Amino acid sequence: MYEFSYQSPASVDAAAAALAKDPEAKALAGGMTLIPVLKQRLNRPSVVVDLAKVGLTGITVSGNAVTIGAMTTHATVAKSADVRGKIPGLAYLASLIGDEQVRHRGTMGGSLANNDPAACYPAAALALNATIKTNKREIKADEFFQGMFTTALEQGELITSVTFPVPEKSAYEKFRNPASRYPIVGVFVAKFPSGVRLAITGAGQNGVFRHQEMEKALSANFSPDAIAGISTPASGLNSDIHASSEYRAHLCGVIARRAVAKAA
Amino acid sequence: MGFEGIGASVRRKEDARFLSGRGHYTDDINRPGQLYAAIRRSDRPHARIVRIDTAQAQGMPGVVAVFTGADMQAENIGGLPCGWQIHNKDGSPMAEPPHPVLAVGKVRHVGDPVAVVVAETRQAARDAAETIDIAFEDLPAAANLRDALAPGAPLVHDEVAGNLCYDWHIGDKAIVDAAFAKAAKVVKLELINNRLIPNAMEPRAAVGDFDQNSGDYTLYTTSQNPHVIRLLMGAFVLHIPENRLRVVAPDVGGGFGSKIYHYAEEAIVTWAAGKVRRPVKWTADRSESFMSDAHGRDHETTAEMALDAQGNFLALRVSTLSNMGAYLSTFAPCIPTYLYATLLAGVYKTPAIYCEVKAVFTNTVPVDAYRGAGRPEATYLLERLVDVIAHDTGADRVEIRRRNFIPADAFPYQTPVALQYDSGNYQATLDTALKAANHAGFENRRQEAAKRGRLRGIGISTYIEACGIAPSAVVGSLGARAGLYECANVRVHPTGSVTVFTGSHSHGQGHETTFAQLVHDQLGVPLDQIEVVHGDTAKIPFGMGTYGSRSLAVGGSAMVKAMDKIVAKGKKIAAHLLEASAEDIEFKDGKFSVAGTDRSKALNEISLAAYVPHNYPIEELEPGLEETAFYDPKNFTFPAGCHVAEVEIDTETGVTEVVNFVAVDDVGRVINPMIVEGQVQGGVAQGIGQALLENAVYDKQGQLLSGSMMDYTLPRANDLPNIAVATETTLCTHNPLGVKGCGEVGAIGSPPAVINAVVDALREYGVRHIEMPATGPKIWSILQAGRPKLAAE
Repeated sequence: MYEFSYQSPASVDAAAAALAKDPEAKALAGGMTLIPVLKQRLNRPSVVVDLAKVGLTGITVSGNAVTIGAMTTHATVAKSADVRGKIPGLAYLASLIGDEQVRHRGTMGGSLANNDPAACYPAAALALNATIKTNKREIKADEFFQGMFTTALEQGELITSVTFPVPEKSAYEKFRNPASRYPIVGVFVAKFPSGVRLAITGAGQNGVFRHQEMEKALSANFSPDAIAGISTPASGLNSDIHASSEYRAHLCGVIARRAVAKAA
Repeated sequence: MGFEGIGASVRRKEDARFLSGRGHYTDDINRPGQLYAAIRRSDRPHARIVRIDTAQAQGMPGVVAVFTGADMQAENIGGLPCGWQIHNKDGSPMAEPPHPVLAVGKVRHVGDPVAVVVAETRQAARDAAETIDIAFEDLPAAANLRDALAPGAPLVHDEVAGNLCYDWHIGDKAIVDAAFAKAAKVVKLELINNRLIPNAMEPRAAVGDFDQNSGDYTLYTTSQNPHVIRLLMGAFVLHIPENRLRVVAPDVGGGFGSKIYHYAEEAIVTWAAGKVRRPVKWTADRSESFMSDAHGRDHETTAEMALDAQGNFLALRVSTLSNMGAYLSTFAPCIPTYLYATLLAGVYKTPAIYCEVKAVFTNTVPVDAYRGAGRPEATYLLERLVDVIAHDTGADRVEIRRRNFIPADAFPYQTPVALQYDSGNYQATLDTALKAANHAGFENRRQEAAKRGRLRGIGISTYIEACGIAPSAVVGSLGARAGLYECANVRVHPTGSVTVFTGSHSHGQGHETTFAQLVHDQLGVPLDQIEVVHGDTAKIPFGMGTYGSRSLAVGGSAMVKAMDKIVAKGKKIAAHLLEASAEDIEFKDGKFSVAGTDRSKALNEISLAAYVPHNYPIEELEPGLEETAFYDPKNFTFPAGCHVAEVEIDTETGVTEVVNFVAVDDVGRVINPMIVEGQVQGGVAQGIGQALLENAVYDKQGQLLSGSMMDYTLPRANDLPNIAVATETTLCTHNPLGVKGCGEVGAIGSPPAVINAVVDALREYGVRHIEMPATGPKIWSILQAGRPKLAAE
């Protein structure tokens, strides 16, 4: 690690202020991405603003929505009876992230703000049409994710909570990178009265994306067979030593069908 | 306390220490006034060093010194030596270019050390190392075997034409060619043995210490063989005589071969400690390990078997390219020759074998022994070839093996490639394995899997290996620059407790338990009164260390020899005390008795008499009860076995799951069955890793693409099935314990069993061979191509 100064503000406002005034400042949530990056000297923040004391944890259910505080850990989401009851796909997704240690440190807000193209949570947020609440505003998931490691968040803007509409059905399936265990293809499918939303993470060069052709077919007929004939173009998908873009394109169909089968 | 001797699954004595965080590893060692070294490594695969400017680094806070290759060269520091010389077909010696500790003139692989910063803190050292300004002139790289051998390829070492380290062969080519000429059938297979990165749990570390009063040096290091490091570093690199250099390898967290070798960092911290007159510590981070620990395997091979009409093997012809990496690591040249080609008979009575091996320099990390070392490559080749022979000729995969096995009554058996096998029973091992794996019931399981939409396959591998390394005169004649005996010192203390000093080194194998059981068996001393000491050149007379599954076969045999001397001396003391003739004294269960009487003396009475020699045959016998023995093995040992793997393939993704694995190994006499089971399971885990997951990937330019755990797929627990382990024993005939060794069998026998199962699962797709690792995308592309048979139906 390079040297940096460290702050641990006690409120969101204080944290946001610290981040707003210094473009080289970095927010630290669970640290499951930032700490390894710092250790490898791939990032050189002037100040690390630790969000551990700002609160923002907890899960609440109101009406037809589940709201999860940004600093809520994956383990908490995975174990929550509310999440398991209302959005089982989301609880399952959280239960598969990283390993036991990561799930007890990593947070939903941290994952969404980072928008790693191979992170799991963006698929859930996008498919569930979540609303990302910050210290400044509310952002719809469709506007939030803006490409690899890029979001609508501005400097000094912190996610405070995420509200997920409760779908009729939901499921997550992921095909893991055998080494890193991040998704090579992760598919979250959510069936709402208004239609089906299906988001894919891990595959796209620009991060998470919705598969509109599949959504249309599934809105008409929510079954794996409905998307059996739909192929995903390989162009625009990632290619690396673990999976070619063609293999990823193929897996988009396989994993989507499995997600639908699980939800249906 | 229950039975603790040979054959008891005693819990490992060392585990309480390891599991409760009380192990003492090299990085746990901190010397007063200690400084930290950070190494600036090449990020270029191949480049000329135009200039190195260390001025800024020198001035950074906390920096004590900065050294480059030129500084070491100025003091006549030697290059890292190679411990084995291979000769070419024409009798000339191999190319042996220099291996400077810090690069001089050129860098030859990503990770090649260029400069070192010594500073008050690790942080300061790293900060300063980054500021060293190196002007490189990039050169085209020879990043893989084929590219390095291509005409006009960039030269890794300017003085080594064609990047060829050696062109070696073994066997009688004329006899083999003649056998091929009259063969009824020839089956040919080309295959790759994928490059692996060992990844011991504990990264390498080294602490150099210099005593200003005595002028003595101490090196604490993560080594499998501290005496070898003292010899190599002292004599060839730093020119420090043995009496002034102590090397300590304390608890070591895994090695798998990668901690055998003398590495640059050991010489750097020791030399730097002398220069700055303070202790200097270096600890690798995982990224450094990936680019500086010796890698393993990396062969490309063409193999052909000549067969008669009945499927008898007539002759084997093999041509192998072996990647040495950028420099010769300590034992690198012998791995693809004497630990590989000599194993090509396998368990078969193939009468004629010829193998030629070209070893090649490339702009990659040096390659050396990794668990199995040469023998997994030989086994993979043979056991894949036998399955391909069955595929091509329609023979049954089990029957063709049985037909060609060396029969149980043929031992000692001389192979056409130098080795003489002392014992074995391959039919019996195969029978036991097939039964344990319910081979006969496989078809039902295959059909059941098919109903679930999964392709199920079964594969076997019947392997042999040569270990218990090694008879010194034999290996000397083959180019070894060291002897491969082992040393043991057994000290019976006055009250009868025992300390054993062994030249073997435990880095996960459980020696503290196994060796204690051996002492308990021989001397009758309870386990808790036996201490096993290893890993310190100041405590142990000498020792060649642990690799090649040699610790029990060679190190244990040395202990037996030393204990024989203890008993012989004890008998003389007992005879004196019991007023009998030494010839009439029997020793059993810790007691010296006069034969046919109830008169006896316990070992602790004898030891007390030896150290308090008031009533003692002092005229004839020296006081004390301590003996040292060196044991030089008469032959290699030859563990053999049968591994059976069963896999299922997900037809949608191509991903293979190993659903069943049975290993039946003949490792000779078993001291601790639980430890043997653990050793085999660990080896099988690494073998499954090689077969399905692990792959060191360089791009064409020589950058390591699989340089972290994010991209290098080590097997995890959930990648592995339950691994059932059984033993089928024939005794080694030439060591006193009848032991053969168990550390490497798992990694040797398992890869071909897994690949044979994968190919079997894909039989409807017309697959003859698939390269390791058999990953999801690789199999998916086969599945995509479709089923030729079914398409025609």
